[in-house]
Amino acid sequence: MKYMMFVCVDGEPDTDPAPETDIEVWVEENDKAGRRLEGDVLAPAAAATTIRVRNGELLVTDGPFTESKEWIAGYDLLECADLDEAIEVARAHPMARGGRIELRPFTTGS
Amino acid sequence: MTDVQRTVAEAGADGYGRIVAALIRVTGDWTLAEDCAQEALALALEKWPADGVPTNPGGWLMTVARNRAIDVLRRASVERRKLQELAVLAEAEPSTGPTSEVVDDRLRLIFTCCHPALAPEARVALTLRTIGGVPTADIARAFLVTESAMTRRLTRAKAKIAQAGIPYRVPSGAALTERLPGVLAVLYLLFTQGYNPDGEPAFADEAIRLARLLAGLMPEQPEAAALLALFLFQHSRRDARRDEAGRLVTLDKQDRSRWDRVAIAEGVQLLDRTRDGSYALQARIAACHATAAEAAATDWVAIAGLYDRLVRRLPSPVIELNRAVAHGFAHGPTAGLTLLAAARAGGALDDYPPAFAVEAELTARDGDHDRAAALFRRAADAAYSEPERRALLERAGELGDDR
Repeated sequence: MKYMMFVCVDGEPDTDPAPETDIEVWVEENDKAGRRLEGDVLAPAAAATTIRVRNGELLVTDGPFTESKEWIAGYDLLECADLDEAIEVARAHPMARGGRIELRPFTTGS
Repeated sequence: MTDVQRTVAEAGADGYGRIVAALIRVTGDWTLAEDCAQEALALALEKWPADGVPTNPGGWLMTVARNRAIDVLRRASVERRKLQELAVLAEAEPSTGPTSEVVDDRLRLIFTCCHPALAPEARVALTLRTIGGVPTADIARAFLVTESAMTRRLTRAKAKIAQAGIPYRVPSGAALTERLPGVLAVLYLLFTQGYNPDGEPAFADEAIRLARLLAGLMPEQPEAAALLALFLFQHSRRDARRDEAGRLVTLDKQDRSRWDRVAIAEGVQLLDRTRDGSYALQARIAACHATAAEAAATDWVAIAGLYDRLVRRLPSPVIELNRAVAHGFAHGPTAGLTLLAAARAGGALDDYPPAFAVEAELTARDGDHDRAAALFRRAADAAYSEPERRALLERAGELGDDR
């Protein structure tokens, strides 16, 4: 199954003193295992622009969909057997401790 | 209920979860599995009165359900492999007792229904519906929502399982250690839902049935056995918990001859398989009460010691409160009041009515009856239910009469 993994920054990072996984190691491991298809880091939410068209009129606003403490800092596209495998991949990502991660399945994933 | 209806109900209680679990494994289709299991039960009610009850009711139900599933899938022309697996399904069903494969199906299903990626309230409902075969209307009533709202909740949960790719599998190794507590917590909630004064009593029986299944299927997991033991001790008092007027009777005033000795004996035996997990400690506390010949013979020193260990393992204000009660009995009311003050320090018990009742009881035993009576009245004002309120006012009255 294909999952979009949104990597979010939030206001409550982990206080565990154990060292975090190196993101390079995480990328390499999952790329090699074929579980990570691609991924990238996004510019801060301050750089976001939101677009709407209503009754034919274009509305362009500064900022992300919703103003909140959480904002999407990056994404990875995963190919996993099931949700349990995707959860294991996500938990090992350093931002699972520094922020939070959302796993969203693709509708065409299975 | 006729004899045949009773036989169908019994075969259904035992077989429903097994059939649904097996059909989900092969077809991956939850709705199809439930529909076919229901249809098999309906057909049994129709046929068995005339044809007689088959020698193997469970096998009969499984065969009928499987044939229904084959029909539906054939019409939908699903790939050959699934149909072949279905064809062998009923033959694999033994005449007596579960085979490991069939049993595994139900265990898989429990872990799927209790997956942490599902909303907590959906986990309990889905477990009841899918494994227990409890009608949606009954589940809705217990959760104080309409039947259509409960149907939507169940549909949403099943859709999430399919869309998010929640596996149909018992996790192994470290993952099992992580996930088992979540499964046990669902069963605990189910039990509480059935055991509460205004709960659905059948849910407590269902929780015990599932805990027994889990403890039997996972003999290497001490907390599964501990949870079953805890349920059995609590449930052994079900007939003694109310007087003829329906009022709740506190543990010390219950007629112990009405306690279920068979359940208590089973619980005691299970304790050998437990270690020092939080359910094991709670089960041992419950065992101290269940095995005391009379209230005065309760081993409060042992209970206080178990609470000391439990509060370290599972720190919570309510457990601290119970610990204060136990120490009050074991080491005198002053010891209890000191621990109560400590438990209240964080403010977490400020809105918890039982805390007033505990303070009142300890104060009464400490000899200050006026203050205790006032505290009982305060506890009555805050009580959750009318029976509790009446019992507390009665206590306040008794103390007044003492003077």
